Order: sequence, then C-alpha cells, then structure tokens
Amino acid sequence: MDVKGTPRYLYWLFCQFELITCSYLMEPWEKVLFYSFNLALLGLLLYTAYVCLVLHASSAFQLLCGSPGAPRENSLSGVK
Amino acid sequence: LNHIVHNGGLYKRPFNEAFEETPMLVAVLTYVGYGVLTLFGYLRDFMRQWKIEKCQNATEREEQKDFVPLYQDFENFYNRNLYMRIRDSWNRPICSVPGAKVDMMERVSHDYNWTFTYTGRVIKGIINMGSYNYLGFAQKTGACQEAAAKVLSQYGAGVCSTRQEMGNLDKHEELEKLVARFLGVESAMAYGMGFATNSMNIPALVGKGCLILSDELNHASLVLGARLSGATIRIFKHNNMQSLEKLLKDAIVHGQPRTRRPWKKILILVEGIYSMEGSIVRLPEVIALKKKYKSYLYLDEAHSIGALGPSGRGVVEYFGLNPEDVDVMMGTFTKSFGAAGGYIGGKKELIDYLRTYSHSAAYATSMSPPVVEQIITSVKCIMGEDGTTVGEARVQQLAENTRYFRRRLKEMGFIIYGNEDSPVVPLMLYMPAKIGAFGREMLKRNIGVVVVGFPATPIIESRARFCLSAAHTKEMLDTALKEINEVGDLLQLKYSRRRLVPLLDRPFDETTYEETED
Repeated sequence: MDVKGTPRYLYWLFCQFELITCSYLMEPWEKVLFYSFNLALLGLLLYTAYVCLVLHASSAFQLLCGSPGAPRENSLSGVK
Repeated sequence: LNHIVHNGGLYKRPFNEAFEETPMLVAVLTYVGYGVLTLFGYLRDFMRQWKIEKCQNATEREEQKDFVPLYQDFENFYNRNLYMRIRDSWNRPICSVPGAKVDMMERVSHDYNWTFTYTGRVIKGIINMGSYNYLGFAQKTGACQEAAAKVLSQYGAGVCSTRQEMGNLDKHEELEKLVARFLGVESAMAYGMGFATNSMNIPALVGKGCLILSDELNHASLVLGARLSGATIRIFKHNNMQSLEKLLKDAIVHGQPRTRRPWKKILILVEGIYSMEGSIVRLPEVIALKKKYKSYLYLDEAHSIGALGPSGRGVVEYFGLNPEDVDVMMGTFTKSFGAAGGYIGGKKELIDYLRTYSHSAAYATSMSPPVVEQIITSVKCIMGEDGTTVGEARVQQLAENTRYFRRRLKEMGFIIYGNEDSPVVPLMLYMPAKIGAFGREMLKRNIGVVVVGFPATPIIESRARFCLSAAHTKEMLDTALKEINEVGDLLQLKYSRRRLVPLLDRPFDETTYEETED
C-alpha cells in the first residue's frame, strides 16, 4: 500500500510546512497572502526551470550528438 | 556516561551533564521561521500605522508622536508581533492548589489573543508539569495545612510591620533556628520574598570597590542585586571553571581598573540548579577555586534546596561538601517547601550584620505567620523530626521520578538539556511556531506545561520546561510521557542525533571554549 502518498501523510507534511514557516500562527488573511506569494514564486521558478533547462538541454543535445550525417561547415572539412 | 575528571578527584560521584548541540538544519529553519514572522510583523506595523488595521496595543498619544518613540525597540516589536500570537500558552488561570493535578479555567480568544474571555468551564485534573512543587508540599490537606490553619487562627494573616520594628514574631525566630539546623550553618535569616532576598541583600554585602563574578545564566534577582550594589561585575561562561579561574587570576594580578589597588572583596555568584538549563553548578571546583584565590561564594539554592541530596539538604549535600565552605547560602521556600519567601544562611556575624543592614529587613514586611508555619512543618517533615518517614520517602521519590523521566525522554529521541539528577527538565523546541503548538497540543491532552521563548532564553533555543515533583506517581508520568511522545511525533520534535558527547575538561583557550566536539 502506498503509504507515502496517502492524503493523511500529505496533510501531515503540510502541517510540518506550516510549523516551520510559522504560517500556523498567522491569521487567515495572512496565510492567504503568504501562500499566494509562495505559489507565485514556485510557479516562476518552475517556469524558469522549464524554459531555461529545456533550451540548454536541447542545445547540449545538438552539440554532442546532433545530425551525424550532416556536412560539417568548418575548416576541417577539407581534410579526409 | 562517566567523564574523566582531571581535577584531582574532587567529585565523589559521576557528574553527567550534556547540552546537545543544535542541529544545523533546525537552526536554519528556526531563523527562516523568525524571518517570516518578522516580515509579517513589519507588514502589520505598517498597516497599524496607516490605520488600515485597528491598533490594539499601547501607543503614544497623538500629542506625543513627535517625542522620542517609546515602542520602537526590538522588545516591543517582538511583543506586538510574535509574543501576541502565542500568548495563550502563558498566564493561564488555575483555580485549585497547584499539586500534581490542577484545575484550569478555560478561556478562548476571538481576536487572536488580544483579549480573552472565559467560557465558564473548568478543565479538571490537568497533570501539572510546570509548577515548582519538587517535594509535593503544595497540598490542601495534610499536616502542613492543618498546622498553618491553626497558626492562622492564632496569629492572623498580616504582620503589619517590618522585621526591625514590630514584625519580629517568635515564629520567625523558631523558623530561623530550624533553617540553620537544616542547612548545617551557624545562623539563618528569613525574608518574605525570594526575589527580594537576592536583590536586597547583595547590595548590603558588596559595594563599590568590590568585584562580583557572576555566571552567565544567573537569575534576574542576582543580576539586579549585583547591579544595585554598585560593584564591578564580570561574567564567566556558564559553569565553565576555566573561565572563572581566568577571571580570578586577572582580578588578583591586575586589581581594580585604573588604580590597580587590590579588590576589597571578590564575590562569586552561582546558583545550585539553573532553572532554564537544568544544569547543576560544579560546586567542588568552585569551592576549590574560592579557597585558592581567597574570595567569597554566594550560592543561590532556589531550585536545589529540598530537591538534591540524599536527605534533601541541597547541592552542598549532593556533592558531599562542608556547608561551612559556602560563605553565603541563599535559598527560597517557594519551590520545595510549598510556601513563599527566601532565606540566607551563614556565619553568625554575617547574619547579625544582615539583620541590621539589609534593605529587606529594614523596609519589607516580614513573612506572614501561616506561611512560616507551613515552612516549619515541611522542614521538620523533610528532616524526619515529625516522627514519620514521609519526608525521606518524598526525596527518594523525586530522585526516582527524575531519573525515570529523563531516561525515557532521552530514549524517545528528544534533546534534553542539563544534568542527569536535576528535576528541571528542559526539552528543546527551537522553532517559534512549535512553542505555541506544543503548549496548545499538550493542553488538549490535559497536560499543563510551561514553554519558554525569547527573552528568557536565546532566541533560537526556545524550550518546554518540565518540573518534576515527588507528588507525581508513575502512572501520571507514564501518561505524560505517552502524550509527549505523541506530540513529539506530531510536531517532529525528536531532533536528537544520539551522539552523546562526553564533557571534556580541556584547558581553556580563547578560540575554542565549546564543550562539545564533533
């Protein structure tokens, strides 16, 4: 049985997050403010990760092993 | 866990004290929590200033807004924004005798702890882990209560005078002779208030031109008394004998700051048990140092009298030392005797001097007679002079409870500070939200605990402090331990990494004074 993903365990993890960041002590409107700020930051981070990493990954992939049969336009092409 | 002593075998028994280091992750997360709360504190202050939110705390009047601000310092900021959020864990009103179980009035707050209302319900039978009731003398039935009631009907409750005028009752004389006999000193004097005993008598003993060497973590009463006296105060690291010796050497060699004259008196201020740390003073070493450098020792046994030692006579008996080596033995009757007040014991000349020159004797009202009788009866009970072995049984029960409770908590994985034999057990919480959460969760489970936070402890080292009592039965302790275990799992408080680091007696040097080693 997948204990890790059960709703109870997730709720407990959320409670730990609340305790560590002291949102347990905040009034409801403060909690809304704090969580929306956190979610916005998380969203931005994920977007940046998605855009940048994908870009870097595809260019790295191209450099290393992209199109082996394509003619190389460089100075060494004359050497056989 | 014994540790090797390199100090000539001064200790007749193993001295097991440990302060586990704060785990790095926990410290970082604690700072994160405080950072978030500080940001929200600034936000709320901004809103209060611009009238977006109603201001419920004290502020200056409109006409005084241009004056020097009164409430802008960190303590007031902390008070408004952090303390207010968790304020319901303190000042809880109890409505029964603070014995092993206590009744508490239930209260709720509808505006986030700014105001409280009582629901009218009384929560009965809360296990009391917070009262200083070490020997269980806080009772409403029994020999002490009957004697006190008899004296109340004989003398009344008020004394209406100071000790030096008309307030010196025969009961006070009887008490002082008894206390002197109990401690093993020549003479003793009793005062109405424990805090006032320290703060009003240290100025009578030392003055300008004297040096006071005070432990880092001394109680506010000792600090206040030292400051009021006008003597020079130097602080040595908590329970660190190398630091104390260095200060003593410097004092003897260099003398007073500008004139280089020798100090008139050097007084070392230490406590028997430090209530926030649960540590016991290294008394054999302090006495050895005191004799070597010819200084005086003032020992504040507020928490250790009655609680340590095979017959409850305090930390001097615990180490097997001679009471005559301690120049001024001070203690309070609040903790182990179930009464109120303090005493000072020592040589006859000293006490006679204090009877004349102490502020407390000259200006403070003397102790109330029923309270005096409570102390007399409880001291006689501890000494065994009332013909029963109740006192001895209580002292032993307290020692057993202490060992059991501390062992079980350590096994569970909590970080517990202090000495193995001290009945004060601090359990580390660290994070600010957990301070409030612990207090509330324990109250939900019918256990009353005292949680301590910033001004009383360093800002990241907040803790819950359990005070054990001889009145606690094993069943009560087991219930409490079960609940603490549950709350510890719920709040993730089991920080201990179980690396018991033995205290090393290393020579003190300027760079490393940490007593833990990785």
